[in-house]
Amino acid sequence: MGFTQSFKLAIDSIMKSKVRAFLTMLGIIIGVAAVTVIVGMGNGMKNYISDSFSSMGANLISVNIQGRGTSRTVAVDDMVALVTNNPKVLSYVSPVVPISGTTKIGTEKLTKTTVNGVSEDYAAIKSYSVTDGRFLQYIDILRREHVCVVGSYIAKTYFDGNAIGQSIRVNGNSFTVVGVLKEGSESSEGGSDDVVFIPYTIAQKLSWTGKVSNYEFSGTTENTVNQGAALIKSELNKVYNSSKYYNVTSMTEILNQANEEVNIIVIILGAIAAISLFVGGIGIMNIMLVSVTERTREIGIRKSLGAKKKDILSQFVIEAGTTSAFGGILGIILGYLLSSVATKILVAAMQANITVAPSGTAVLVAFSVSVAIGIIFGYLPARKAAQLNPIDALRYD
Amino acid sequence: MTPLIEFRELYKLYYMGENVVHAVDGISMEIFKGEFVAIVGQSGSGKSTCMNIIGCLDVPTSGKYILGGQDVGSLNDNKLAEIRNKMIGFIFQQYNLLPKLNVIENVEVSMLYAGVPRDERIARAKKALDRVGLSDKLDHTPSQLSGGQQQRVSIARALAGNPSIILADEPTGALDSKTGREVLHLLQELHDEGNTIVLITHDNSIANLAPRIIQLADGKVVYDGPSGVKEAVVHSTDEEA
Repeated sequence: MGFTQSFKLAIDSIMKSKVRAFLTMLGIIIGVAAVTVIVGMGNGMKNYISDSFSSMGANLISVNIQGRGTSRTVAVDDMVALVTNNPKVLSYVSPVVPISGTTKIGTEKLTKTTVNGVSEDYAAIKSYSVTDGRFLQYIDILRREHVCVVGSYIAKTYFDGNAIGQSIRVNGNSFTVVGVLKEGSESSEGGSDDVVFIPYTIAQKLSWTGKVSNYEFSGTTENTVNQGAALIKSELNKVYNSSKYYNVTSMTEILNQANEEVNIIVIILGAIAAISLFVGGIGIMNIMLVSVTERTREIGIRKSLGAKKKDILSQFVIEAGTTSAFGGILGIILGYLLSSVATKILVAAMQANITVAPSGTAVLVAFSVSVAIGIIFGYLPARKAAQLNPIDALRYD
Repeated sequence: MTPLIEFRELYKLYYMGENVVHAVDGISMEIFKGEFVAIVGQSGSGKSTCMNIIGCLDVPTSGKYILGGQDVGSLNDNKLAEIRNKMIGFIFQQYNLLPKLNVIENVEVSMLYAGVPRDERIARAKKALDRVGLSDKLDHTPSQLSGGQQQRVSIARALAGNPSIILADEPTGALDSKTGREVLHLLQELHDEGNTIVLITHDNSIANLAPRIIQLADGKVVYDGPSGVKEAVVHSTDEEA
């Protein structure tokens, strides 16, 4: 008896006891659906992270220098030279000097606002655009002008949108607002729009140490970022002779790390979901064992009519495999439905644009695994059926 | 002429704890092609064991069973299945149709295992069902048929495989006397058409339809000869199988 015949027999048998077949499949359905959704969530997270990174600029390289004594230092000009000498790899650099003092507008204290000293290239590095006025210029840096550019949150909240020409006090020094940045995310307190940028040359004076210990580079493209990071590292190594005294982190590295972490979460959750696939397999085995007992007489009849052991074996194995394949297909459908529901819930609950997107490979793997589980767990009951003695089986009631 | 079925000093022993039961206790017999033989005996006489061995459902403990010139006593399960498939057409007391299949599918089953192509299978199944007068019931399931009709389906199933032997085990045991007679009449007709039929029964009146009777008692042949003579009658009738 051929495969088609066994397959037809299996379909018949499933269709003639739908409720039981469904209950048998349930474990597989839930397992496959869970795997589909979890992998889909992982993909969604990865896409979300990668999107938000590329909006921040996936070509960024951050450098943090802890320093080693007073004799070894890196000058801003050295870093600028690094960019000028490698135009194919690096496009811009800006020092970043954080100010940790007090910031005031009138008498109001801005406690959550980030104040950084940067160069005129910072806007290009971060892809900022200015809605009002201008960004910092080279002349501001050179002359240590007391000017600043503010985020949209500050312009909206404190100046009713008319920030140009107004002043902000940082550590007692007054700065005139010359530009307002375009809204990046949602203007909120402490967010990426609650920022003030001043020329780094002044920031150096205002900060305690007077040194520049942070730089932000941009690579020419995302693909040259790692190369750029390596260049910067080798340059810094010349000065410090050890990688202990500085950190060079590219956005792609951070992105890879984040993806790695998402992968780990997906694998752990997927493994938990896979347990339900395993339990589903046991469910199939259980029902198949019952089915073999119930159909003892049928097996006896088939054997008396000339069915060989392998005919009976393949009949039951194929039936188990078909049952779990059906379960797998239903599970995939359910998984896709749940994915779109999960997308809606995530979007509503987190206000983040996460799309739960099951991957084709994961779906294919889940399906194959479910068929394999059916066959593996169906084998034992099938073997039991194949080994029945025809005389006893014929007499069985 | 070589016999179709030959038992040579055949024994079948069952071990029940310390007791040894001689279900078949040294039987020798020959059945030729085209014969209609009734194997008759009370329950416990060994006729069911004989049927199982003739039908290749069981193998003897010792002695030889030669079927169509081939010693089948020592074959493995798969070979026995093949012989059942090709040479034996079973007719059971309980019909033993597959309840989920319809009439024509039931008749096709053994040809399915023989690997007969679909078109030929259907043609042969239709012909066999036509022979037993059930051409109009092809799509019915067994539960929609009467007992007599079900038994005729099982006869068609036995015929469709073109077996060397039709082995009927109490074929009328579950039927009322009228339908029972119809089924027996059909068997007689099949015999007249040249089929070899071995009928197993405990009932003398049924056995008497066969020209030859082999009577068993305690695993031994006590009579082997033409029906209709005094010696062929099973003596005690107080026991029903």
